[in-house]
Amino acid sequence: MSAMMDNKIVKWVDSRLPIFSLMDEHGIEYPTPKNLNYWWNFGSLAAFVLIVMVATGIFLAMHYVPHGDMAFASIERLMREVDYGWLLRYAHANGASMFFLVVYIHIFRGLYYGSYAKPRELLWIIGVVIMLAMMATAFMGYVLPWGQMSFWAAKVITSMFSAVPIFGEDLVVWIWGGFSVGSPTLTRFFSLHYLLPFLILALVFLHVWALHTTKSNNPLGIDIKGPQDTIPFHPYYTIKDLYGIGVLMMLFMGFVFFAPNYLGHPDNYVPANPMVTPPHIVPEWYFLPFYTVLRAIDNKLLGVIAMFASVLILIAVPWLDRSKVRSLSFRPIMKIFFWLFVLDTLILGYIGAMPAEGIWIPLGQASTAYYFLHFLVILPLVSMYEKPRPLPESISNPVVKDTQDQAAATEAK
Amino acid sequence: MLRKILIATLGAAGLLAAAPAQPVQAAGAGHIEHVNWSFEGVFGTFDQDQLHRGWQIWTGYCAMCHSLDYFAFRNLEQIGFSEEEVKEIAAEYTITDGPDDTGEMFDREGIPADYWPSPYANDEEATYINGALPPDLSVITKGRAGGPDYVYSYLLGFDDEPPEDQTVPAGSYWNSAAHMSVKMPPQIFEEMVIYEDGTKETPEQHAKDITAFLHWVAEPHLDERKGTGIVTMLFLLVLTALLYALKKQIWSRVEH
Repeated sequence: MSAMMDNKIVKWVDSRLPIFSLMDEHGIEYPTPKNLNYWWNFGSLAAFVLIVMVATGIFLAMHYVPHGDMAFASIERLMREVDYGWLLRYAHANGASMFFLVVYIHIFRGLYYGSYAKPRELLWIIGVVIMLAMMATAFMGYVLPWGQMSFWAAKVITSMFSAVPIFGEDLVVWIWGGFSVGSPTLTRFFSLHYLLPFLILALVFLHVWALHTTKSNNPLGIDIKGPQDTIPFHPYYTIKDLYGIGVLMMLFMGFVFFAPNYLGHPDNYVPANPMVTPPHIVPEWYFLPFYTVLRAIDNKLLGVIAMFASVLILIAVPWLDRSKVRSLSFRPIMKIFFWLFVLDTLILGYIGAMPAEGIWIPLGQASTAYYFLHFLVILPLVSMYEKPRPLPESISNPVVKDTQDQAAATEAK
Repeated sequence: MLRKILIATLGAAGLLAAAPAQPVQAAGAGHIEHVNWSFEGVFGTFDQDQLHRGWQIWTGYCAMCHSLDYFAFRNLEQIGFSEEEVKEIAAEYTITDGPDDTGEMFDREGIPADYWPSPYANDEEATYINGALPPDLSVITKGRAGGPDYVYSYLLGFDDEPPEDQTVPAGSYWNSAAHMSVKMPPQIFEEMVIYEDGTKETPEQHAKDITAFLHWVAEPHLDERKGTGIVTMLFLLVLTALLYALKKQIWSRVEH
């Protein structure tokens, strides 16, 4: 119990609505493993960027006009005439990239330390759903400036739904609100782009709820054995998270102030023109790996299925991994395959930015095949047959009986 | 099916009509020369004299065919024109306003709050007269891969012969930066305007000056953005260092 709870007003409120108890229990006293490394900063960083996105987005929406004839102009006016409009808009546009950057690292951290494993399966699945909602939100947000890349990205992505058997064509017309991408499409995307972040906020609430129920995983991947293994969230992790936010902000603001259009595409400063197709339609960098998966299969329906499967397969990871040991620090073989998988996703991303021709086609297919091979074959088989190193006794006493395994424990620490 | 054919035909017709006017980079095949701009880098800012020279070229040449939709006369105050000067400049232009109380459109002198008047009544007229639509130049330096370097190279890119595998249609011009035939004739030549500040009137200088002016129109808050950015980064640096020190101090209590 922190000192706050002794205050009379706090007591009065708390006995009627235990909001202070909740804060005390989950924001201050919450017992957190004492051995979390900096990879554990990325969850709070994601929450921070989400708040920045919502805050900037609300103000942007006050000036934006969701109409095909006015959207592009309204953003130019916002950038030029509104006080610090350029800052709002550049922060929001680059914020999307920051959001995906920290969330991808957050996911890789979960994969490395087995944060999906029993009993954290639901926590993990909610995380995957958050990523899906983020992707939908980011895509629709990218359409709003109504530049050339906005328009054609909307065209390409919505056309995917025509691959649905029997009623695919009707489905696409329904999504468009017309017989092509146009003003009605833009208006509904704006509406949903405003709605979805609040859904994400609700999902984040569930994510944290599940986290606080099962408690945080840690680099050793072993359970908390008692109070000697934990420290209160505040001040230890509040200050650590704040420090992390400072570091992220330097990167984030570096882009916003000095290279605000570096992560964007020049074509999006050309107003949308349904009559002119850009030579290469490329998505934002954070969609590139999935774009490669989509293009790897020369069949529209199968390509779309593969792309969705490449995200949804994460849901099955808690059951595909058969190992009793969570952290890869104690799984030398799986650790190698983890880094191969990271490399594979980077290659997928690189190929996604290349035109679908020549050598890039077979390379894209090979790296797509490896992506699924990792989850469907390597992860189950290695986790079944690999003999993990002995685990340390506890978080507060990270020693193992066998001296030759001391190194592993030290490394994990 | 019929709809598909219709869309494909319209699309193809649109491509044919508009493609030469859209010097979108042909997969980076074009020759783009790098220029050392004054506004480059973390500390780079616009050179006001250069913007004034670019303004001369804009009013004398580019503005004959191109629009500049997001630029208002009052913006000139940002680059050192006085309020009076801006009023005088705006008054030189005729703005179609209205409708008046009788329902008629009428012409009047421009005022500082007016946006730059387009040289044509609409895109159709502009396309009809020029053979292709001259693009609006408000964000041209941001809307082309290569940015200001591309615009500069494009303006000077009319000297090279087209590669042998390329044929240039009548009424078009080969441009080595766009790496395609374009409808815009070469525009930059020696002494196209006479500079008042004594700068030498070479084609390269003209191309640099008009490009810098267009980049200022595209990114009018560039100087302010970088200035705020430097202060922000210094603040973040100190704040983060303090947070790190505090983190170290707080965590020294934890045994691990």
